[in-house]
Amino acid sequence: MNYSDTSIVASTTAPFLSLEGVRKTYPGVVALDGFSMEVRPGEVIGLVGENGAGKSTLMKILGGVTRPDTGTITVDGVAHDGLTVEGSLGSGIAFVHQELNLFENLDVAANIFFGREPLRGGPLKLVDRAKLRTQVAPLLKRVGANFSADTPVSALSLAQQQMVEIAKALSIRARLVILDEPTSSLPIAETDKLLDVIKALKTEGISVIFISHRLHEVERVADRVVVLRDGMLAGTLPKSAINHDQMVKLMIGRMLKEREKASESARAPGSVALSAKAVRTGAYPDRPVDLDVRHGEILGLAGLVGSGRTELARVLFGIDERFGGNVKLDGQELALGSAADAVANGIFLVPEDRKLNGVLLDLSIAQNISLPNLPAHARHQLVSASAEAATAEKQKNNLGIKAPSVATRTGTLSGGNQQKVVLAKWLAMNPKVMILDEPTRGIDIGAKAEIYGLMRALADAGVAVLMISSDMEEVIGVSDRIAVMHEGQISGILDKDDFSQENVLLLAVGKKPK
Amino acid sequence: MSKKDLGLLMLILVVGAVVAIINPRFLLPINLANTSNLIGLFGILSIGQAFVIITGGIELSVGSVVALLGTLFIDFIAVREMEWPLAFVLIIVLGAIIGLAHGWLITRLKLQPFVVTLCGLLIYRGVARFYTGDGTAGFAFGQNFPELEFLTAGRSYGVPNSFIALIVISIVMWVVLHRSVFGRYLYAIGKNEEAAKYSGIRTGRVVMAAYVICGVLTALSAIYFAMYTRSISPASHGQFYELYAIAAAVLGGFSLRGGEGSLIGVLLGTVLLQELQNLVNLLGIPSSLNFAVMGGVILIGVLVDQQWGVFRERRQMLDATRKGAAGAPAE
Repeated sequence: MNYSDTSIVASTTAPFLSLEGVRKTYPGVVALDGFSMEVRPGEVIGLVGENGAGKSTLMKILGGVTRPDTGTITVDGVAHDGLTVEGSLGSGIAFVHQELNLFENLDVAANIFFGREPLRGGPLKLVDRAKLRTQVAPLLKRVGANFSADTPVSALSLAQQQMVEIAKALSIRARLVILDEPTSSLPIAETDKLLDVIKALKTEGISVIFISHRLHEVERVADRVVVLRDGMLAGTLPKSAINHDQMVKLMIGRMLKEREKASESARAPGSVALSAKAVRTGAYPDRPVDLDVRHGEILGLAGLVGSGRTELARVLFGIDERFGGNVKLDGQELALGSAADAVANGIFLVPEDRKLNGVLLDLSIAQNISLPNLPAHARHQLVSASAEAATAEKQKNNLGIKAPSVATRTGTLSGGNQQKVVLAKWLAMNPKVMILDEPTRGIDIGAKAEIYGLMRALADAGVAVLMISSDMEEVIGVSDRIAVMHEGQISGILDKDDFSQENVLLLAVGKKPK
Repeated sequence: MSKKDLGLLMLILVVGAVVAIINPRFLLPINLANTSNLIGLFGILSIGQAFVIITGGIELSVGSVVALLGTLFIDFIAVREMEWPLAFVLIIVLGAIIGLAHGWLITRLKLQPFVVTLCGLLIYRGVARFYTGDGTAGFAFGQNFPELEFLTAGRSYGVPNSFIALIVISIVMWVVLHRSVFGRYLYAIGKNEEAAKYSGIRTGRVVMAAYVICGVLTALSAIYFAMYTRSISPASHGQFYELYAIAAAVLGGFSLRGGEGSLIGVLLGTVLLQELQNLVNLLGIPSSLNFAVMGGVILIGVLVDQQWGVFRERRQMLDATRKGAAGAPAE
């Protein structure tokens, strides 16, 4: 099923932005090929596509960072061959990037008007703070902010920081706001706030391009979905035809069945592997947590960001100090003074921040994989490069890590392949308990499915898998049981029969499930 | 040997050739022997520093430790008439303790290496001066220790034994840094300490070990320096030696952010620094300009290296796009 672009949205208003036959090539690669799209005032466009589909190139063209080889860009009725950065800004196109560009040490007002502060007269050109505040207040109101202009940005949640970015966009009188993966690091409730802001922009006649891997959010907010595949327009879906399966089909050109496969457990869960009793973390030192993870199950750990899930994982892995309580593995109490203790006991963590904590970008794939188990790859304390390569080669084939060789620098790999390297280093060591913190964040759909498959294979081999995830579809699709955290405590555990988005959400905000 | 090291070696040879042409005395055995003796002394010191720098740390107290331990060593054997092997072991142990203390403060109490070792720099200098009552520690007339003097200030086949000691230490430390599990941990921690921790490495212990290695090698060089100068005035002995060591490491391609550098690099860095000192003497450049020459050469060296890196990166990117590595710049 394919929908043509123009016939559906036969709106009477002229488009704010339209692209016609835009083509962009880099030496050897066609990044965009004859791409066309339109954005009307007050329209929310969902832009989806796998990594490498050409979204970033499209953004660069709209931001004026790069010029298309051919094609025209019409903004507000004026046709251009390409935009400049100033031209893009000047015509009211604003970006909110995945990585926020805020100064954490400054307050909200200073961030919004950075470089454009209202000044007092006189030779000193001091910042007119009163005027600044009066200008910022209405902007914050428009984005529905519940914080004041003099709050330091470091005190804001991620969603609130995004509101600041959007307020910044409004302050330059943006007519099109492009949100690049805005929800990828947001928890469920915060995501709702952001989607509300998008709806508010829409009512003001401001257009939005919403880029996301989280298709159910696109489903909720988009008026139209534009799907990119291999630099080409794979299709456009009107509001009535926007659904998950259609988007996926257009994105990858086929239907995806891996997730369903991943959710089927091949075995009944075994005995309790990891058992936390009255464990307290630094984030909530007064809230004890009890949690059992059994052999052979995938236990999903859902909850809002800040509910203490990552902190719990860090305590169970020995990275953070434990404030009371005890942790048992197969009935044996563990000391867990450091991650080294956890690793020695077969408790492994795939951390949330892959680049910061998961892999060493400057080391090779083989060196990353051997790192936690280096003495086993050494004789008389001297590292054997051939032993390292052998282990890595095995894992590379096993996991399908796409790289020229195991000597390749890990930093050159895509996010999905880097995540596989993190998994590979633990898989090479016979895990008993595998804790995965947001294992598929920022990873494209194909690689996601592979990682789900791996998690299931681990569970089927008897490993206890604890998966922290803020992606509702993922938690429900992959888990055998779901534990939900709320403000530092487990607010409830759902069995398969009780799985529903509503139940998870209710528990996440501390209410009883239905 | 990396390309960086080869470049440095070429520079050393070119500078050497130029100096030799202008002043042939450069190649006289006596000059070469003297220079290689100094290379030995400073090399041992610099290797110690390199182990700390690779973790992303810094050790500023080196010069003061050389003064304090040198003073103590001479005091032990000349005044207290301790058997020199015992004094030798004691000094090495003291060096290890100093390193351990620094490492402990840095890894357990989370103090910054710069701060900890800056305090060390001040404290050890003060203690050394106080210990001798600001006097000079030296040997009494006619006092000698034939074996010790042979090992430290003597020569074998015309080669200073201090230089031979450096070669032996370098080989051992090369294996430790570039081939051992510990060496890999050092690089991993220097690159990204958090990620190393998340891989189950006991990073605190590894970093502490690096400071202990630095302390031990500094203590060893303190003995060598003491036996080379034979008298020590603790107010000035060893001053700026930490900077020589840091400069050698930086010239040798070490990044002060950690995780980068090779043993051969720091050795070549030391050689170049001593060659420059020698050059100042031989070419009749006013010795007051000594530091200026050193600083200038290091600055130019680092600049060239950095620019070369930028150039290489650009060329690699161009190559990659020309080959059209599928998907590379598509995103």
